Formats: sequence, structure tokens, C-alpha cells
Amino acid sequence: MTELLVGTKKGLFVLRGEPGEAFDIVHRSFPGDVVEYACRDPRSGRCFASVTSGFYGPRLFFTDDPAGEWRQATGPAFPEDVDGAAVKRIWVVEPAEEPGVLYAGTDPAALWRSEDDGETWELNRSLWNAPTRPEWRPGAGGLMLHTVCPWPGEPDRLAVGISAAGVWLTDDRGKTWRTGYAGLVPLYIPEEAREGTHALCIHKMERAPLRPERLFMQFHGSVYKSDDAGETWADVAAGLPAGFGFPVVVDPADPEGAYVIPLTADVDRTPPEGRVRVFETRDGGATWAGRGEGLPQDEAYLTILRQAFDDDGGSPLGLYFGATSGDVFGSADGGATWFTAATRLAPVTSVRVSG
Amino acid sequence: MVVVTLRSPLRDLAEGSRQVDVEGATVGEALRALERRHPPIVGWILDEHGRVREHVNVFLGGARVAEDARVAAGDVLHVLPSISGGSR
Repeated sequence: MTELLVGTKKGLFVLRGEPGEAFDIVHRSFPGDVVEYACRDPRSGRCFASVTSGFYGPRLFFTDDPAGEWRQATGPAFPEDVDGAAVKRIWVVEPAEEPGVLYAGTDPAALWRSEDDGETWELNRSLWNAPTRPEWRPGAGGLMLHTVCPWPGEPDRLAVGISAAGVWLTDDRGKTWRTGYAGLVPLYIPEEAREGTHALCIHKMERAPLRPERLFMQFHGSVYKSDDAGETWADVAAGLPAGFGFPVVVDPADPEGAYVIPLTADVDRTPPEGRVRVFETRDGGATWAGRGEGLPQDEAYLTILRQAFDDDGGSPLGLYFGATSGDVFGSADGGATWFTAATRLAPVTSVRVSG
Repeated sequence: MVVVTLRSPLRDLAEGSRQVDVEGATVGEALRALERRHPPIVGWILDEHGRVREHVNVFLGGARVAEDARVAAGDVLHVLPSISGGSR
């Protein structure tokens, strides 16, 4: 039995089922509100849901039973001495390497830390006060910190991704930060404006747990990998039908293995040729192979958003992604074949395997 | 005292109260007093800097008012969702 937490534009859906067959909707929470992101902390079993009401703003909820009562966290919310800033959306919640510690990322782009299993949150002021922040500009989805990559076994080391202000790295648990910009090429701005720009639109990145210095990144217009913990990046998009896309998944058992879901371009965020295909590499991005068996292969014009693709950590690897069409697809064999786990949900914002 | 009237889901956060009597000289002070009385409502009407959220309407005497509007004893504040919210 596999459990998925599926965030949508109209609530959180808890799906359960056997891989290979349609999943059951076992619960729906927060009807009518956008659930930006939902996950389960595997250490504690606690579930988190980032909920944005069109009326009453964003907030984070948590529960030990996603079909039960949810409690509202205290924060993330900016302290009164931070002039004017107010949280618009909570994009991600990420378990850290220390017991009871989690990180969250928000719009406006800020990192938050909780030391009590997500009940209260504190702003990382060092990153918030980055001297270049006045030069940061939002992407289409806002100016947000959407990705947090802990380093297995080393709680001092983090990489975070900001759209559109690049990769930021710390080796001292967030006391100081430096950029990881080298090698990233923002093709969406004039060549003469690229030198020294902060306008680096990270869509998603993920660290290989068995080789933590290896990360893969889906960028705004290309796919990159890093072999030095995010300090420098190399373009590995050759062989993909398009460089654009949002999510990326790294095989937790194989640092050379990763998956992306290409979309035609930033001006047409649908699968190339109307064919939904997941592309897999087994050689660190040197070559890519399309995996579409079981996925819509004709006239499919859906979008897969940055938080809507996840793996189950198993062997063979289970993969799940949701689309703006309201469909959720899964694979029980590392992407070789796919099945439809759910249809006709609201547009999917996030998918996380939770059990 | 100022009376704050609430609809669902705010009412649910205020232990089911349709009306809550609070002290305050401004709309913001009255709503902060509401938050102190019913902490689950923190962040729903006012943002972290005490501003009425963009898609929440607070009405006083038939007019939409901001957090700095003055209130007097006996005033009734109606808190409602705006028709501009919820579009996503």
C-alpha cells in the first residue's frame, strides 16, 4: 500500500492504493483552498500542509493523522521588526538532519527553521539580510524560496533554491551564505546583461543522498548538475526534447540517475508534441531516455509543477507526479511503465509519497 | 466595547462565536483584541504587520474601513471575505 499527499488548487487529497492500480481518495482536507505543498516527516510521522486561502492568506497546518484534525502552526510569519514583509505563500517544508528540526521556504524568499517538529518557526535573518536582496526579482510564480536540500549527516550544510535569485549555500547552519551561481546561463536575459546577474530562475533541485556533492537542477530553460555541492553547475540538457520544465527527481540509490519532465518552453508550458514523457538518465545526464508507456501520448497539454513529482525511495523505484489537468500518474518500476493513480482532481500543485 | 461579527470559517476559529465584544480605539486594536481572545484567528484577518488582508473586508457603518479607522463604543465591525479573493 502506498499513500500520497496531493496538494491541489482545491484542497488536499490523501490517496492510497497498490502501485499499478488506481488509488482511492481516502480523504480531502481544506476544500476550496489552495494546498501549495503537503508532506509527511518520515521521522515523526507528522504531516504538514501549506494552505493559501484566497481570502485569509497563507498558513501552515500539521497533524499526525491526515484524515483527522489539523492544527495551525505559529508561523512562518515575519517578526514585527522586519519592515513591511508578509508571507504570501509557503512553498516547501523540508525535514532537516537534526531531530525535530525542519526548514520551510516562502514567498517572499525566506528560509525558516523550526526546532519543535514544525509547531513554531523562526526566520533565518542572515539570508533575509543578504546584501544583494534589493536586486532580486520575482519569476512568474513570485520571489520565493522553494527548495531546501539538506546534506545527509551534516546539519551545518544546506543548499537552497530561490526563484529567481539562484542557489545559496551555507556550511554553518545558515549563519553565513554564499551563492552557487557559476555555470548557470540565464538565456532569458540579454547576453550582455548576464554577467553578475542574480536573475537565476531555479525551478527545482535535488541532492543525491549517496553522493551529497552531486545535485541535479531543473532550471528555467535547461537542466544542470553539480559535482561540488552546488558551487558550480554543468549543463546536461543535451538529448532532452526541451530544456524547460519544473520538477526533478534524483534516484536515491543511484547518484547517476535522475528524472525530469520536459515542457516545450516558457511560452508553452506543455509537453513537447502533446506527449507526456518522463526522461531518465543513468549516466549523470550524459544521455537521456524518454519513458512514456502508460502516459498520455496524444494531445496532452498539461503542466507538471515544481513540487508535483516525487519518489518512494524503494527498489525498484516508485515515481509519482501530478498535473494541472488533475491527473496523478505513477510508476512502480522506475519509470519503465506508468499507470493512472487518480483523475479529475483539481489542478495539482504538489505530490509527495507519505507512506 | 466594540462588536466584531464573524462568519465561517472565522466563526469556527472563535469557538463558534457569531459576535465577539472587544476593546479598542481603532479597527486594528479591536481586531488585535479579537486575536488575543481567540488565538486561532491570528493571521487570518490581519497580516503579521497588523494590516487588514487584501481580500478581507471590514465594514463599519456600511463603509469598508482600514485598520487605522477610529471606532467607538457600540460600533459594529463586520468581517467578510472580499468578492475579489478565492480566484485561484
